[in-house]
Amino acid sequence: MTQNHQLMAAGLHLGYADREIVSDLNLNVPAGKLTVIVGANACGKSTLLRGLARLLTPSKGAAYLDGKPIHQMPTREVATLLGVLPQSPIAPDAITVSDLVGRGRYPHQGWFRRWTPEDDAAVAEALGATDMGELADRPVDELSGGQRQRVWIAMALAQQTDLLLLDEPTTFLDINHQVEVLDLLTDLVKERGRTVVVVLHDLNLACRYADHIVAMKAGKIVTEGLPVDVMTEAVVREVFGMTSRIVVDPISDTPMIVPIGRHHVEKAVA
Amino acid sequence: MTAIDTSYIAGVRRQRESKGRRVTLGLVLALILASAAALTLGDFPVSPEEILRSLFSPLTGFANKGVDFIVLQVRAPRLFLALLSGAAFGLSGIIFQTLLRNPLASPDIIGIAHGASAAAVFCIIVLGWTGLAVSLGSFAGALLTAFAIYILAWRNGVTAYRVVLIGIGAAAMLSAVISYLFTRARLFEVQQAMAWLVGSLNAARPGDSVVLAIMLVLTLPLLIALVRGLDGLELGDDTAHALGTRVEQTRLGLMVTGVAFAAFATAAVGPVGFVAFVSGPIARRLMGGAGRGIPQAGLVGALVMLVSDLLAQHALPNLQLPTGVVTGGFGAVFLLWLLIVSGRSGRVN
Repeated sequence: MTQNHQLMAAGLHLGYADREIVSDLNLNVPAGKLTVIVGANACGKSTLLRGLARLLTPSKGAAYLDGKPIHQMPTREVATLLGVLPQSPIAPDAITVSDLVGRGRYPHQGWFRRWTPEDDAAVAEALGATDMGELADRPVDELSGGQRQRVWIAMALAQQTDLLLLDEPTTFLDINHQVEVLDLLTDLVKERGRTVVVVLHDLNLACRYADHIVAMKAGKIVTEGLPVDVMTEAVVREVFGMTSRIVVDPISDTPMIVPIGRHHVEKAVA
Repeated sequence: MTAIDTSYIAGVRRQRESKGRRVTLGLVLALILASAAALTLGDFPVSPEEILRSLFSPLTGFANKGVDFIVLQVRAPRLFLALLSGAAFGLSGIIFQTLLRNPLASPDIIGIAHGASAAAVFCIIVLGWTGLAVSLGSFAGALLTAFAIYILAWRNGVTAYRVVLIGIGAAAMLSAVISYLFTRARLFEVQQAMAWLVGSLNAARPGDSVVLAIMLVLTLPLLIALVRGLDGLELGDDTAHALGTRVEQTRLGLMVTGVAFAAFATAAVGPVGFVAFVSGPIARRLMGGAGRGIPQAGLVGALVMLVSDLLAQHALPNLQLPTGVVTGGFGAVFLLWLLIVSGRSGRVN
């Protein structure tokens, strides 16, 4: 767990049927850091995440885990190193929280190695980290949207992988739960040295929490780096097609994007 | 972040497992009672001691020709055929319902049973076949239909939604084929074909359940090997893939198993309606979130089949109904109930 695994993409082309979404993309995911991918709708950020996570086979190029093309590695072996929370997972009817979180132990189990105390410990730890302990025996059906999202995150945590990829884990969550999820992911990075990649919609939270931010447009990376270095008004205009002003976040000193629309604009905008 | 005691989580898990065991035990007890009833009930009264003696007579040598004929040649074969075919229908149903994440997706709704029926009717009316040949024909029909549905539903992988829609389309088309075959058949052939279509255990012979048992024993290892893949597949394809499941191979393997179970059972007793459809949801409801209930669905299937057959034989004085009539009536009521319940909770899926 302490040794860091290296995830990267080289000349990666991804698409569905004959439509190319991500073209010729190169990316080095910094180990032991929180990387956030941002971009407008349909810019290919989820597709990139799916490609990095071997959920989508590249049409050209490859994503590499520790130097090996990830989609050619045994998928079970990958699952012990890299966990993924996809965008819309499905909870079976009536499944309980601890049962669902326990599914994260799948890659560690086999026909001759079923449930062990180690698995129970992993589930307990994941539930503790997401504050879901007292709901362990409740059906997932009965939970609120925010609680449900935390159950899915707990499932990915129970997988106990060094790398964790999450596709918009904060959608459907209100602001305090969004912050909670991002704090939790930061804990994983800071305290346990995990490598986390997350697709986010909220630019300001992305700038605050990212150690490394990747801005995408039309299937390509526009810029990447420390938010404070790369998030400029010009970048926001290019990536989102929106004029904005960037101020300093009073809490974190990170860039904060203030959008400029057509209405409610009191001061003249240059 | 709060620390959670591992022993608490282990306790929650053990509670879940013990509930699963209680459900299994209850179903086994119910099956034993129903089996005892099946061996005891009938025009020819046989006492429980006599039944036990007769069942063990091949081992002990204490024979009584008349009683042994009733027990070993008439009642026991019918009992075993009901248990085995019911279990096969139940397993087939829950495999499809779980894989396709839809309680409507059992093989008797998505066209596989219709494929078996159309093939059997074709064999009876056009080819003039009878007996075992019809069973083999229906088996081939089920496999062929499943294969066609899979190919038609394939588009860079198979989605549950497409399989269900194409399956329902195939079911409608095959029903039309059956109706057409009826219009050009003679009355005697139609009667024979109808008897097969309703599904019945009336013609159970000792050999039938042996053949079915062998086929099931041969298929079971495939199910056991693949069933763990459902841990991931239940959560959606991406999640399954992320957890290290080989999604397409596992799904194809499980579909082949499900089709095989449905085809074996249909070949043995005809397309007895709704057993595959009701077993999964009943098992799941009994489990109440304590597990997927795959083995339990097999037990429920056996129980539904056996109890339906008992009702078919003994409910009306002087009239033996085909088993399929009873399961059909039961299934229709269950379908209505399922629609009302899922409509109320707002989840059709």
